[in-house]
Amino acid sequence: MSGFSLILRREFALAFAGGGGPLVAIGFFLAMTSLLPLALGGSPERLAGVAPGFAWLVLALAALISLERMFERDYEDGSLDLIALGPAPLEMAAFAKALAQWATTTAPLALVAPFVVAALGGKTALWPIITAAGLTGGLAFAFLGGIGAALSLGSRRGGILIAVIVLPLFTPPVIFGAGAIEAFGAGLDWKTPLLFLAAYALAAAALSPFAMAAAARNALS
Amino acid sequence: MSFDFDAGKYAPYVWGAYAVSALILGGLVADTLARARRWRRAARPDASTETAP
Amino acid sequence: MIPALANPDRFMAFSRWAAPLLGALAVLLLAAGLVLDFTAPPDDRQGYAVHIMFIHVPAAWMSLFVYACLGGASFFSLVFRHALARAAARAAAPLGAGVTAAALITGSLWGKPTWGAWWVWGDPRLTSVLVLFLLYTAYMALDAAIEDEARAAPATAILALVGLINLPIVHYSVVWWRSLHQGPSVLRAGGPSLPPVYLTPLLIMGLAYLTGFGALWLVRIRGEVWRRRAAVMAMRAAA
Repeated sequence: MSGFSLILRREFALAFAGGGGPLVAIGFFLAMTSLLPLALGGSPERLAGVAPGFAWLVLALAALISLERMFERDYEDGSLDLIALGPAPLEMAAFAKALAQWATTTAPLALVAPFVVAALGGKTALWPIITAAGLTGGLAFAFLGGIGAALSLGSRRGGILIAVIVLPLFTPPVIFGAGAIEAFGAGLDWKTPLLFLAAYALAAAALSPFAMAAAARNALS
Repeated sequence: MSFDFDAGKYAPYVWGAYAVSALILGGLVADTLARARRWRRAARPDASTETAP
Repeated sequence: MIPALANPDRFMAFSRWAAPLLGALAVLLLAAGLVLDFTAPPDDRQGYAVHIMFIHVPAAWMSLFVYACLGGASFFSLVFRHALARAAARAAAPLGAGVTAAALITGSLWGKPTWGAWWVWGDPRLTSVLVLFLLYTAYMALDAAIEDEARAAPATAILALVGLINLPIVHYSVVWWRSLHQGPSVLRAGGPSLPPVYLTPLLIMGLAYLTGFGALWLVRIRGEVWRRRAAVMAMRAAA
């Protein structure tokens, strides 16, 4: 267990050391938010109506931003080789990396999202569900994204390739999260979609380390 | 056996759909055959012109 | 049959006669299907547009079937490190993408005159097929991005399998989402139950597409086998 916490602490340190941790993703989030009224034409009602869905979508996209670095750095400087050869299973390292990705990128985005919705004029009462969906969905985005990051190791066009690989996989959590947010706002059953989202996220967290490790080993071979 | 080709107002949709399908499927056939032909030629024993010194 | 075909030489011998046979069968079935297609009467509700069903539904069936083949081949490629399985997966991807694109486009052309919309967001089947198309393109993009074949084989196989697991979830999630929104209720292929005058050509066209895929897949795999041999020859010549 100490091995795991060591890896986890390392990942956290790396995430914050290499350029402000969550700030880049949050910056992207805010930049997209400021573009939306310009793209939509500024009618307040339309903006407010679209706000929750938009925030949710951009959260998913912003989760893609820091993915490239997840394995890349360790791959390039040889640390990934050492981790793969080390005592701890590579799956555990992959799990730690994805967990750190969640904690340092997607979870902060989830906490910023309600403010974004409020800024766009959306219903502020939605903040609990947006935060809940963002945190849960963010877990799925981080782990699924990790699969994309590991598969793209060592190939050119890293960033866009990761997006192409990962976006179809994002579809179920995006749908469940959007459904939860909408149901909450309409006074319908929001617990079911949120539970599906949680189930999907937990399954992703449980299974994707195996895919990530397999992909990483393949890249190192 | 009477063929019915009178599409009426649906003509652009129906014929469009058949045209697109024909293009895509025809394209796949052409690409598949071209590729196979090319690689078969490349894999023939006399294909490599480089002789070791 | 699959273990017997696993040997490349035996596969080449088998596909040498099987591919043309399937191809000929496909052409015959296509001809028969089209004849029955265009001698069938227009539908009561959708009029002449019903004829799109005969090329849309088979394409949609194939889009799923080909992905199952891609997934199966990827499984064997990954678990048994089998080069022929990898060749089969690689060969299936563009065929699947093409037939999925055909399904999406013909579906859109069918939807506009019948439901009034080129596309319906939130329909489980439409969304699933769109995601399926994205999975095919993701596979091909990853394949193209990794130059080293030894590395590309496991990576693309992993992606194919992850996509395979995800596909039913995508479908289910949209079914659930649509139940939330009580979307359009009559988005069915040809109506609740097809009369024989439509069912027969549909099944024949389905078989035509299936045998056509079989023929093309075998030919593409043959192409891959030759490509590999050519590459090996080039390496030896350069050595």
